[in-house]
Amino acid sequence: MHRIAIVGGGTGGTVLANRLASELRPELEAGDVELRLITADPEHVYKPTFLYVPFGKKTVDDATRPIEELVDRRVTLTIGEVVGVDTDGKTLSFADSSILGYDQLVLATGATLEPEAVPGLAEGGHQFYGPEGAERLRDELAAFTEGHLVLSVVGVPHMCPAAPVEFVLMVDDWLRERGRREDVELTYTYPINRAHGLESIADWATALFEERDITLETFFNVEEIDPDERRIETVEGRALGYDLLVAIPPHAGSDFVSEAGLGDDGWVNVDRHTLEATNAEDVYAIGDVADVPTSKAGSVAHYEAGVVADRLASRARGTVPTATYDGKTVCFLEAGMDEATFIEFSYGEEPFVREPSKPLHWAKLGYNESYWLTARGLL
Amino acid sequence: MNTMTENTADITIDSRGATCPGPLMDLIGRVKTLDPGTVVELQTTERNSTTDVPEWLEKAGHDLLEIDEKDDHWNIYVEVN
Repeated sequence: MHRIAIVGGGTGGTVLANRLASELRPELEAGDVELRLITADPEHVYKPTFLYVPFGKKTVDDATRPIEELVDRRVTLTIGEVVGVDTDGKTLSFADSSILGYDQLVLATGATLEPEAVPGLAEGGHQFYGPEGAERLRDELAAFTEGHLVLSVVGVPHMCPAAPVEFVLMVDDWLRERGRREDVELTYTYPINRAHGLESIADWATALFEERDITLETFFNVEEIDPDERRIETVEGRALGYDLLVAIPPHAGSDFVSEAGLGDDGWVNVDRHTLEATNAEDVYAIGDVADVPTSKAGSVAHYEAGVVADRLASRARGTVPTATYDGKTVCFLEAGMDEATFIEFSYGEEPFVREPSKPLHWAKLGYNESYWLTARGLL
Repeated sequence: MNTMTENTADITIDSRGATCPGPLMDLIGRVKTLDPGTVVELQTTERNSTTDVPEWLEKAGHDLLEIDEKDDHWNIYVEVN
């Protein structure tokens, strides 16, 4: 029997498991292939929902569904935490000390938040990248009537590169709707010499920031936060006071990835087109944990899952895999509370940013609802 | 720009293959942890690094020693202050 193991029950792992269940249906039903999805969390989480939680537009419950409701019945679902991989012996080890063999392995373990990597950040900063943080920020924002709100991108790379720009444009609009904007100073900070890694997004955001009186601070690399004094200190020697700090914390991959020699900082080194690990045989990585030169975004995980499903199915059947990933990334960007734009690009391309519109905002909300069809491998 | 280097690096950061702002962020992440006087060699295939790295060094108060253009990448030498 040919054993395929997928580690990680986020967008990448779940879409991949369902696509493979469809592609390898005859082999699975004949018992020639075993398809296993391993996840530590029995709940599947759609993280883009969290952007709307601080504004009271979505709840944390809207972001989660039990994973067993999403995966095809031909997929063997294992709830357990993988803590090690032996790529020579082709085994996975679990937190409960059990061991599992595989013939082909896909790592889709995502990214984790590491606010503790910056002194004072966990105590002094808010974030909307996780359920507790998003709810805490919702309560804080509801009570925030005046002062200096700073959105600081502390860690790069981070999940959903558009979200910090979206948050600051949304909070500007949200405060205006409530008549509080004149009493709130807004600042956005970014580590490099412009507002975003992609030049076209940086140009677009900079023009909007000027229009909406949002101060832009660049070359702003946070060294530490003083939560008592409410002050940010940077590597460049700047100090900036705040009343409410919303930060994008540093991100990390998976420890066992580094320990297995698959890549630095927990990200898996892969061929950017085949998504096969460069340091091991029969290992793939998709989604945030894969070190490819594009965004850590749900759309990337989704498109990568389609490519890897084709490649794994070819190998399971003993044929030559031909599908490749060209870096396709699709992203909706909110420009306020009721307008959005949309970008699409591949490796090496600079996206074109369309004029924001209400229909694109509705399209983004509509996609977020239909995401559950994507997770099932249907969209 | 020089084509031959006289600098010897204490630390080498290989950011070849990473796109903007990867190489600069790799440099910033390491510089934070290094002692003054340390010489860093940043290897990059991203052309933008040859402008944004010097700009950041000036802002952060570190020294640009040299940008050495190779056949398929650049080696940027930096001294930490």
